[in-house]
Amino acid sequence: MSRITRFAARDPGPAARLAGFMAHLRDNGLRLGVSETETAMRALVEVTAADPREARLALKAVCTGSADEAARFDDLFDAYWRSDGRVRRKVVREEAAKERQHTRSSQAADGLRSESAGSAHGPDDGREDGETAAEGTGRLIASRVQNLMRQDLRELVAPEDVAAAERLARRLAAAIRDRRSRRRRAARAGEAIDFRRVVRRSLSTGGEPLHLPRRRRPDRSVRLTVLCDVSGSMTAYARVFLAFVAGLIRGEKTADAYLFHTRLVRITEALRDDDPLRALNRLTLISDGFGGGSKIAANLDRFARSYARRLVNARSVVIVMSDGYDTDPPEAMTAALRRLKRRGCRIVWLNPLAGWRGYAPVARGMAAAMPSLDLFAPANTLAALAALEPEFSRL
Amino acid sequence: MTDWESLKDALAAEGYIAPADLTMALFIALKLSRPLLLEGAAGVGKTEVARTLAAVEKTRLIRLQCYEGLDAAHAIYEWNYQRQLLAIRAAAEGGETGRSVERRIFSEEFLLQRPLLQAIRQETPPVLLIDEIDRADEEFEAYLLEVLSDFQITVPELGTITATSIPRVILTSNGTRELSDALRRRCLYAHVDFPSRESELRILAARCPAVEPALAGQIVGFVQALRKEELEKTPGIAEMLDFAAALVGLGVNDLAADPRVLQATLVTLLKTEADRAAVSSEVAQRLAGRAA
Repeated sequence: MSRITRFAARDPGPAARLAGFMAHLRDNGLRLGVSETETAMRALVEVTAADPREARLALKAVCTGSADEAARFDDLFDAYWRSDGRVRRKVVREEAAKERQHTRSSQAADGLRSESAGSAHGPDDGREDGETAAEGTGRLIASRVQNLMRQDLRELVAPEDVAAAERLARRLAAAIRDRRSRRRRAARAGEAIDFRRVVRRSLSTGGEPLHLPRRRRPDRSVRLTVLCDVSGSMTAYARVFLAFVAGLIRGEKTADAYLFHTRLVRITEALRDDDPLRALNRLTLISDGFGGGSKIAANLDRFARSYARRLVNARSVVIVMSDGYDTDPPEAMTAALRRLKRRGCRIVWLNPLAGWRGYAPVARGMAAAMPSLDLFAPANTLAALAALEPEFSRL
Repeated sequence: MTDWESLKDALAAEGYIAPADLTMALFIALKLSRPLLLEGAAGVGKTEVARTLAAVEKTRLIRLQCYEGLDAAHAIYEWNYQRQLLAIRAAAEGGETGRSVERRIFSEEFLLQRPLLQAIRQETPPVLLIDEIDRADEEFEAYLLEVLSDFQITVPELGTITATSIPRVILTSNGTRELSDALRRRCLYAHVDFPSRESELRILAARCPAVEPALAGQIVGFVQALRKEELEKTPGIAEMLDFAAALVGLGVNDLAADPRVLQATLVTLLKTEADRAAVSSEVAQRLAGRAA
């Protein structure tokens, strides 16, 4: 019993404790409203609320809404209800809200999150930054690399950038979508007869269907998936690309995003956080190892085998943002992209170096990738990305 | 014994071995009449939950399979156009006036009820299974939300139809796309995983009593080991049961006894060519050896 949290004597009662628990969950990023508190209360009435196991299971069913939340719930439950007999003072909602303003973008809320996002350290992370960066980016930006390498993502991406990128990302996504819908319209113009309207109209002509109104399929949006390389050689461009990724995720409900260096991390959930600043904080925490070596082929392969199986289909456009300087053998790159391509998606590769005059994709990894790509384009500033709109609409 | 544990036993009696969090979520969903959203990989038995629940409650199961492009005409109602057109022609010959024809052809008689409408018009609350909601598009999801909160459907020509009984709604999702927050908030949630070794043994015992305990242990061990391999399509519970049935049918009582038989029965577990190639005879033998 000693494990159970003791509540302060002046605390008003079980209902307030539960409200405090809901606030605790909310502070930890679960999206819960007042109605959930009510539902939780009603759920606890149905079970033996004094039995910790039943209460835990009941609250879990009510309060969680995704696999990620379900996985974190047990820790959050323990932290609130079973904190080894420590006295919990702030159970009342107002106080919790006040506290939240302070912790909004700092440790308390994010500590737990980093735990669940977990284990970001690769064995060869970070330490060989200098080499890869110098080799990868060339003379032009070598001096900037030194400065940027130790910065974290918060300093790299400004909220204004995200807003600008959000607009841009929306435009690009729309460019692809519109193009697709026009094509469909031409190919399957009025593929089905709208019987409902036929019957309506034929009433006035004595049952003679003189007009045959037709229907066509509504426009279907494409699903954008972005894989952003944040290895050492890409550090200089991280600002642009991460802003773009953040904008894309925040602007497009169906978009999906990943970072990779030596490992692959899904960042969609983190970027969807209501608070843009907190989103970047979460991103910083989960992308530990940022600026390390690059294993492009291995990561693409991992992506194709894991997430892509669920999330990539024929309506997807996979955008890879990388300079193509890979430590894996080129054959691996070819194989990985082929595997990905089998999902039926289109693949776009945005390479910051391609913007340089006289650049040719001769890096071995890049050359191996070329045959599988639907579009290979330069991009190193937001403006350059914006200029891609016509290219995207041709996809 | 509390109520939710008796639900667990009732499910078990119908051959469904449910983990604690799933049972609790189901129990509360029934008590509070809220929809339950089940998420998890393909083949973990999400759809089966609804089927079993219908059996436990001795009620009808109404199933709406979602797919891309699913629209109101297939989910809610549709007019029977062929009959309507015939009725109009017949009426024109009989000299019936436009107004009365209109009233007649837009009546219940010409209405085709699709799953959602059927579900709210049952005498006894049915189990409504909305399968693979993630395949339907967002517009449909929004519409569904409206139906699930009000349990009434408006047919412009007929007016609003309110529910005679509130169906027990179960939604499943494979996670091919993110569901909207609104839908998640509307539903209770349970994540369904592949079962643990003990649960899977109990499932096997419940579904295929003919399997000897020793062989059952081998089968479950083998399938669980296979799930850890890198496969394109991880074998689910249904595949495991097929595998067991195949082995029993062939009269096998030791998995490691005959490599050829094992390799042949793998068709029940591995459903793509790449997976077949990945699990060679040696790999299968190694897994079988470990499972024994």
